[in-house]
Amino acid sequence: MKGGGSLERERRQAYLLVAPAVLVLLGVALYPILAAVWLSLHRFILVFGERRLTGLDNYAFLLSDARFWAALGNTAYFTLVAVTVEVLLAVPLALLLNRAFPGRGLLRASVLVPWAIPTVVSARLWAWMFNPEYGVINRLLPGNDINWLGAPGYALHAAILVDVWKTTPFVALLVLAGLQGIPEDLYKAARVDGASAWRAFRSITLPLLKPALLLALLFRSLDAFRVFDAIYVLTEGGPANTTETLSIYAYKTLMRSGDFGYGSALSVATFLCVVLLAVVWLRLLGREEGAR
Amino acid sequence: MKRPGLGTALAVVAFLTFFLGPFFWQVLTSLWPDGELTRPWPSHLTVENYASVLWGRPFLRVVANSLLVAALTTLFCLTMGAAAAFALAKLEFRGRGLLLSAALAVSMFPPIATVSPLYLILRAVGLRDSLIGLALPYATFALPLTLWVLTSFFRQLPDELYRAARVDGCTPFQAFRRVLLPLAAPGLATTAILVFIFAWNEFLYALTFLSTPEKRTVPVAISLFASEYREPWGEIAAASVVATLPLVVLTVLFQRRIVSGLTAGAVKE
Repeated sequence: MKGGGSLERERRQAYLLVAPAVLVLLGVALYPILAAVWLSLHRFILVFGERRLTGLDNYAFLLSDARFWAALGNTAYFTLVAVTVEVLLAVPLALLLNRAFPGRGLLRASVLVPWAIPTVVSARLWAWMFNPEYGVINRLLPGNDINWLGAPGYALHAAILVDVWKTTPFVALLVLAGLQGIPEDLYKAARVDGASAWRAFRSITLPLLKPALLLALLFRSLDAFRVFDAIYVLTEGGPANTTETLSIYAYKTLMRSGDFGYGSALSVATFLCVVLLAVVWLRLLGREEGAR
Repeated sequence: MKRPGLGTALAVVAFLTFFLGPFFWQVLTSLWPDGELTRPWPSHLTVENYASVLWGRPFLRVVANSLLVAALTTLFCLTMGAAAAFALAKLEFRGRGLLLSAALAVSMFPPIATVSPLYLILRAVGLRDSLIGLALPYATFALPLTLWVLTSFFRQLPDELYRAARVDGCTPFQAFRRVLLPLAAPGLATTAILVFIFAWNEFLYALTFLSTPEKRTVPVAISLFASEYREPWGEIAAASVVATLPLVVLTVLFQRRIVSGLTAGAVKE
């Protein structure tokens, strides 16, 4: 490197190069979040133009709003079940994709198909398959007339299935990248020592895969928690609000009722839940790093 | 190559059926004669659903809208993102780590959290019901993605290239423009594909900000697809196939790139 002046210049140019991106991030992310917090302290009905500061009233109402707690419960249940199933399916899929067999390229390309399809389209596609009278699912299950999207108890699980279909491939790819980072020698050594395939999986693959798995869990649970598209298209939160998630409830309050004050409070609450979830996961990941 | 066992073969078939089955069912539904949807199997196949979607509805307009928004988002984010990613990968300055973590944090934001202020901002500047205005909030998810994927690509380019350019008298910016940016072309292509797909598929902002039917994007149009008396399943299927086939082709063609792009930021860090 040259003298101090050159380094100084390099630093100046670095700031110039990142400045546009930083400004845009501030403008589309940081400012709106702060503005949402500010809006949530108001009574603000868009169509009436009514807007006045009411302090924490919206949050006081939120804590006693049974519909909010139900939405939080639905969101948590959706996230927990969807992400668990996705990981349980993704690990065998990744193990399969990591092996050499004829048609591996085909399988790898085809698992990306659900990932590439817009969520709205995949929800519509499944809605047709779930159709109680003519849908292929009820036709394949003879003597069955379950109203998948119309019956409480079924609808949320139908939404989970759609999410599993769409995002398991992504999880599998993350797991696969983790698998490819495990040195082949370890397996050779295990075979020489006479370890069974199951033993090798438990003692080599799983422990070394843990960081990749935790990372996939982190990404997926934060992503599942904000679920909107699939449920909006499948059920709009129905029947009887049994599939209403936080994002759906906030959206309806904002855009259907035009209540920007309480709607913003719901949005901020969703945001805080995601932050909390992220902090918990990052702690777990940090402990994992520390243990190694 | 070892011959695969029966277990492997069964697992492959099961996964293929689960992931591709619904897609093929959609294609079949789109070719199903409209009056026969109540039957278990079509008597013949037809393209009438495609004809009525393409000519009977403003669907081509909708596809053009989506192309415009996705292309704008890609251009906008890649222009800003490439410069920033180069600086993040090759230059020394304070706040590098902070910027990358902040970008990652932003990409995890639930979009609903920013919808109400963004609605008011876009309305205040007259860009609410506009396709150009829609590309701005799309930066919330597209710019962090660009930064992460491209930074990891720039990191893979040897530092010597940058130093040699500097010794030859280039400013850092010139080194970026003339030497590193052309070499990062594969990374730019990968990022462009990913950003394009994400923007093409986005739903919540498009649903919230666009109100004129002629301005709708593909996901919004498909979510609102309806006729007066019943769900037009055949037409929905045809529209879905038209809207997804380009993505599916893109994905299958650039499979390796997409996989490396998606996992680059996530795993190597």
